[in-house]
Amino acid sequence: MPPLPPSVPLTWYLILSAILFVLGIAGFLFRRNIITVFMSIELMLNAVNLSFITFSYKLKQVDGHIFSFFVMVVAAAEAAVGLAIILTVFKNRQTLAIDELSSLKN
Amino acid sequence: MDALLFMIFAAIAVVCAVNLVVQTHPISSALSLVGVMGALAALYLLLGGEFIAAAQLVVYAGAIMVLFIFVIMLLNAGTENKGRRSWAKYAGVPLMLVFLGLIACGVAQQLPASGNVVFGEFKGGTALDIGRALFTTYLLPFEVTSILILIAILGAIVLARKEID
Repeated sequence: MPPLPPSVPLTWYLILSAILFVLGIAGFLFRRNIITVFMSIELMLNAVNLSFITFSYKLKQVDGHIFSFFVMVVAAAEAAVGLAIILTVFKNRQTLAIDELSSLKN
Repeated sequence: MDALLFMIFAAIAVVCAVNLVVQTHPISSALSLVGVMGALAALYLLLGGEFIAAAQLVVYAGAIMVLFIFVIMLLNAGTENKGRRSWAKYAGVPLMLVFLGLIACGVAQQLPASGNVVFGEFKGGTALDIGRALFTTYLLPFEVTSILILIAILGAIVLARKEID
């Protein structure tokens, strides 16, 4: 095993962000539970935040931090409204499986 | 030292994210997501984002995940049924890897010599800098965000209220 370098390249952070984003897509597409699908969206938002912070480091500017702050705020609002929608859906349909929530289809 | 810390927290983040996708019970997925968010907060610290790391822990790992876990427990969500689209199991993972490879190639081509991340080299992410940028350059988006939050609160209350006859 080669000795570990003292610091890692910037691209590794971006690739980690890509890995997390792809895992979020996978969860969004493969999972059948509406709450887990929602959590996968949160995972994708987090991956994008990591990219923002990495580019902020690269450019030595604070703007990336501000953007990721706004993403957090929007994610909080989205979580509140989305979970309220999930509650309403469950109240009306008694299910959380997205395969059964197909009334908008056809 | 930086590389070791990056490796540890990147490994935690990836393992927890894989666990999120693989687990069938929503509570396990939610706890994995908390792990991802904690590891990401540590990575933000390595990149010099003190304020964002704290906000990540407080807002994401604290507030949003508590909301998720509340809803999971309120709805008594159990393990999910098997999906009907079984072809996704065979075609999905290779396609994901291809997509990831494309992104990695793009990143490596666009940023060939981007330098290393050294802890402490960028000190512009303190609460002072964030606050100054937020209340001068980004004042209008910040105020619009407060209206967005207000609308979200009202929407959540209207959606989740009990029907009173």
